[in-house]
Amino acid sequence: MFHRETGVFKTSYAADMALYPLPIARGTVIALLVLFVVIVPAVFGEYYLSIINLVLISIVGALGLNILVGYTGQISIGHGAFMSVGAYTAANLAVRAGLPFWITLPAGGLMAALVGAVVGIPSLRIKGLYLAIATLAGQLIIEWIINHVPWISGGTQASIQVPRPSLFGHEMKTQGELYFFLLFFALIAIVAALNLVRSRIGRAFVAIRDQDIAAEIIGIDIFRYKLIAFAISSFYAGVCGVLYTYYFGIANYEQFQLGVSIEYLAMIIIGGLGSVLGSILGAAFVSLLPLAIRTVMESVGGLFFAANEMATVVSSMRLVIFGALIIVFLVMEPEGLNRLWRNIRNYFRVWPFSY
Amino acid sequence: MGEDSEFFFSLIVNGISIGMLYALIALGFVLVYKATEALNFAQGEFVMLSGYIAAALLTAKGVPVIAAIIGTIAIMIGFSFALERVVLRPLLGRPIVAVIMATIGLAAILRGLPPLTFGAETRAVPLPIGDDPLVIGPATVPPIQAIGFVVTLIFLGGFTWFFSKSRTGVALRAVAENQQVAAAMGINVERYFALAWAMAGIASAVSGIVWGNMLGVDVQLALVGLKVFPVVILGGLDSIAGAVVGGLTVGVVESLTAGYVDPYVGGGTKDFAPYLLMIVALMFRPYGLFGKRKIERV
Repeated sequence: MFHRETGVFKTSYAADMALYPLPIARGTVIALLVLFVVIVPAVFGEYYLSIINLVLISIVGALGLNILVGYTGQISIGHGAFMSVGAYTAANLAVRAGLPFWITLPAGGLMAALVGAVVGIPSLRIKGLYLAIATLAGQLIIEWIINHVPWISGGTQASIQVPRPSLFGHEMKTQGELYFFLLFFALIAIVAALNLVRSRIGRAFVAIRDQDIAAEIIGIDIFRYKLIAFAISSFYAGVCGVLYTYYFGIANYEQFQLGVSIEYLAMIIIGGLGSVLGSILGAAFVSLLPLAIRTVMESVGGLFFAANEMATVVSSMRLVIFGALIIVFLVMEPEGLNRLWRNIRNYFRVWPFSY
Repeated sequence: MGEDSEFFFSLIVNGISIGMLYALIALGFVLVYKATEALNFAQGEFVMLSGYIAAALLTAKGVPVIAAIIGTIAIMIGFSFALERVVLRPLLGRPIVAVIMATIGLAAILRGLPPLTFGAETRAVPLPIGDDPLVIGPATVPPIQAIGFVVTLIFLGGFTWFFSKSRTGVALRAVAENQQVAAAMGINVERYFALAWAMAGIASAVSGIVWGNMLGVDVQLALVGLKVFPVVILGGLDSIAGAVVGGLTVGVVESLTAGYVDPYVGGGTKDFAPYLLMIVALMFRPYGLFGKRKIERV
């Protein structure tokens, strides 16, 4: 990631696909681990850790969406709903059956994967624009069902309170403890995604994205792989929903509405489609954006807007900047933050002796 | 007629009159898709924007109603032109996801702007048309819906004629069919893209005036955009007649489910019944009822 090679000396595909392209990469990974496991929790206080926790959760969701949209080329505007499926599954299991998080979390993911695969079935026959709208329909229908079936949603408020996750009888209450809880799952998600996209399945995904008819001709069962993509992607989304539920201590469908689906799409577009690092950068960027806007508006916004309007102003401002960023990235830098990062790296590759 | 059939009749009439108004919004959507193959996820926001413009112009002192309506249409045409030039033209030839996301981004901007500039309260779009509803047998139709019905019919006829008979319309169809061939035949493709967006702007302006008058203008008005998707999918994304058929279907289905199913499940079915219908329809006809089947080449 931070290391710089002097040239391309790879002589086999295995070397090209390796997780650690250079021995020094191991050092980089260890350094990053030390940074996030030791230094970050030691340096930051509760407030900043709570923000970092939200970033960690959205990394999981963004990775999942990027596997579907960025790698397989199937669009989904229904990921918010898949998250809610995971969230409510876990919440119901945790509250009614009293199950611990290490059962409810995969259960939520699996249930979301199942629902996601069902929503993905139309992708066999329809693609592009029609598929986008079909997944939008999935979002609205799932939202409606959760909101209208009290057996799932747990009553009138359509929200279920869940206990804090606990490990070996110890309840994780503080942001610091939750940080390790979330970091653990975010790391698994990242490593799993990195390995998935360089496997046989990942290559099939990319082939389908680039030209699905051609992929079918070279022997890829596109229906099967499209469904796998939907299932894996929704599994990530479901886990992301479960993590949100444990983080907030409540499952509520309002956290997973259409706007959330769009927010995650924005993350992967701003971060970079078809890139694991891009998903991480995009998730961090989009999750931190509202905080940045609020901070700026609180310091200088008073000059332009009355104090009692500030809440509306901040949320509207957020929408505008959000939309503008999506468009700017699409028009100016379609490969997103990932590309910017690569450009910076390439600049320093031969620095200070560039041509 | 018995009470049951009267209830049924009035549900159908309401469904048809509201469905025609959905068709009006869908027209703007179809016009853009037909020529440029861009899916406009901001159609509802377009309607909302023109609603705000109409509200501002119609409530301004000393502006005659006709001038205000023409002004709204003119501003929306200008807006669509600018949009095509600044946002969509750079995205030509890029994956579909990019265009969809660009219009979603645009939708976010348009939804964020009104509270910053116009304030958060609901605004009225006053039209001098009176309040007496039209009585059709046991059913009543508000006058604005009757006007919307007529306007949609005019638009439908006008655009159908335009695309089949006029030279410009035929050129637009050629552009939609194959941009390279059209350009080789001497058609200025980019100019026709702008034209398609301008026509969508007209349709959005009129829908904004009609819907704004009916519901009042605030950010919620943009939600009618969500109704457009089942309408255009049922009809086929590139069919003008399909938009009307889809609109009527969605209107009637909504009205019937609201009348017969809602009392049993506690409301809200009318928001998702059209989507359910749409999914079923897509399973059997992946290109909608009137959509053109696409032949893909590797």
